[in-house]
Amino acid sequence: MDAFTPIPALIGGGLIGLASALLWLGNGRIAGISGIFGQLLPPAQTAVWRITFLVALVIGGLVTAYLVPGLGIGGPAGKPAALVSAPAWTAIPTPVWLAVAGLLTGLGTKIGNGCTSGHGVCGLARLSVRSLVAVAVFFGVAIVTVAVTRIV
Amino acid sequence: MAISLKLPYLATAALSGLLFGAGLYVSQMINPLKVLRFLDFGSIPSGGWDPSLAFVMGGALVVMFIAVRIGKRRNAPLFDKSFHEPAFTKIDRPLVIGAALFGVGWGMSGICPGPAIALIAFLPNNLWIYLVAMFIGSYLGSVVMPSESRGNVAPAPAE
Repeated sequence: MDAFTPIPALIGGGLIGLASALLWLGNGRIAGISGIFGQLLPPAQTAVWRITFLVALVIGGLVTAYLVPGLGIGGPAGKPAALVSAPAWTAIPTPVWLAVAGLLTGLGTKIGNGCTSGHGVCGLARLSVRSLVAVAVFFGVAIVTVAVTRIV
Repeated sequence: MAISLKLPYLATAALSGLLFGAGLYVSQMINPLKVLRFLDFGSIPSGGWDPSLAFVMGGALVVMFIAVRIGKRRNAPLFDKSFHEPAFTKIDRPLVIGAALFGVGWGMSGICPGPAIALIAFLPNNLWIYLVAMFIGSYLGSVVMPSESRGNVAPAPAE
């Protein structure tokens, strides 16, 4: 077993659920990060709360890291692990690998209308069949991708 | 003043963001390797699999499920006139293709949009390359698939 951490996972998940609950019951908005991020342009009336949320998201991680240092997040001195390197067998430079991953993530979450938070947490909690399909597809494809790239 | 510019509305967005970022850190979902070790189903037989991500999803889902139930008994959220619930319910090709493309990107990197943005707090190498690419990808998506064709129709006026 490679560092299975059920308690921090449940607590962290609960916090993510609480964040989603607050945004839903307070503002009637889905806490879907790709949606909040992807609708910053063109500048809409809603850009202010979206930017507020995203800045707070970064601060939330920073403050928690300060309060609870070294939670075993993989890197030295309580820092999170580095981003992955491209698998050696592909002979692709890591920056190119990550650029492709980012591009596919941006494109896919835009045309599929959501990511792990919007479809995964909010959509499933709303019992949305669309979200259930999306979650099944992106988890399935990600699992196959990891199996093919042998990145871990 | 627009509802979305009022203080309670923005304070709610800020508090939600803070909690979300805290949750991503505490659950260690901002660690790409942690996510990849969940997605690595090939390691199940050898016992090296890390099921933590399922517990994160489970914990979040229980809380959000209760919130959705509470919301159903109300006409509106506290600080807006209505819930912005996606009205589109069709399982269409863009949904499946989009989810599949995202699945490839997620499997290649171990990061999805939430952790990618939360990681700005720690700035690992190459993060900006990923974020700029994600932004460009999202923009491209809105060009090839305009909002309306993704089911984002304006809600019908009340009869």
